[in-house]
Amino acid sequence: MALPLEILLDTVSARVIAAADELTALDSAIGDADHGVNLKRGFEAVQAEKANILAKPAGEALKTVGMTLVMKVGGASGPLYGTLFMTLGKELPGNPTFAGIGRALQASVTALKARGKAELGNKTMLDVLGPVATHLESGTASFDSVRALASGSARATVPMKAIRGRASFLGERSIGHMDPGARSSEIMIAAVCDVLEGKS
Amino acid sequence: MTVGIVIVSHSPDVAKGAADMVRQMVGNGVPLGFCGGDPGGGLGTSVEKILAAIDDAWSEDGIAILVDLGGAETNSEMAVEMLPEERRRKIVICNAPVVEGAVMAATEAWGGGSLADVKRTAEELSPQ
Repeated sequence: MALPLEILLDTVSARVIAAADELTALDSAIGDADHGVNLKRGFEAVQAEKANILAKPAGEALKTVGMTLVMKVGGASGPLYGTLFMTLGKELPGNPTFAGIGRALQASVTALKARGKAELGNKTMLDVLGPVATHLESGTASFDSVRALASGSARATVPMKAIRGRASFLGERSIGHMDPGARSSEIMIAAVCDVLEGKS
Repeated sequence: MTVGIVIVSHSPDVAKGAADMVRQMVGNGVPLGFCGGDPGGGLGTSVEKILAAIDDAWSEDGIAILVDLGGAETNSEMAVEMLPEERRRKIVICNAPVVEGAVMAATEAWGGGSLADVKRTAEELSPQ
């Protein structure tokens, strides 16, 4: 499928910005209460750069989205989501299948593990992105199954104990709260699914 | 030449305060850069400000960066990776408390320590 980059950027930006308060509330429970406001600033900067971004070929455009997030977000989520988009820009094929998106996402997961010094099960965004990448790669994915897996995986971070990030300072007390990065990853995945399926 | 010190905190006040403590110890004998705060002016860190602080403190003998919490480290790593290779290999990020680490690192640098000496001295403050 060809990727409709402008609608993807608009929808992902709009959904993340609309969820800013929810993400910040999740982050105030187990972190430093800035995830929503930081991502909002980042995606507002992406929107401000949009004409420049869309003038580039898709791969370069995604790298520019990543670099904009790196420069503007201001928390650890800047380099983390920046790395995600920059790796996607490098790895996504021209007209990707689900499996092709899965392979590119899996490469991003590998890059994110290195960037965040984190593994699956540490109660981070990786706990959504990892399972979704593996599911997409399997070749059995549908839009519905991807959305359901992203949502279920974000919920599955609730009983986890945080090992990385500010939440890890809370130790056992991080249990019982959804990881804000897992939730923001779920929101972005759902937005991409909705656009590609023609629902947004 | 002397190894330069860069202080990266989430708080501009902490960064400035730590830099003041370094200056009290070593005067202007050590190249020093510091920054704090996110691009929106709140608590956090900014790759752009970190790059500017590295520039302020630049020394061909190397730069030791002291960071406070997670995002400061991640954003510092990102900033370093954006630099050309000949600069990148002269920069280390120390696993040390930001205030005490900065003062100890600067003292070692002032005494003529190499980049490896400066990093080791700062990291003696961290539990192994």
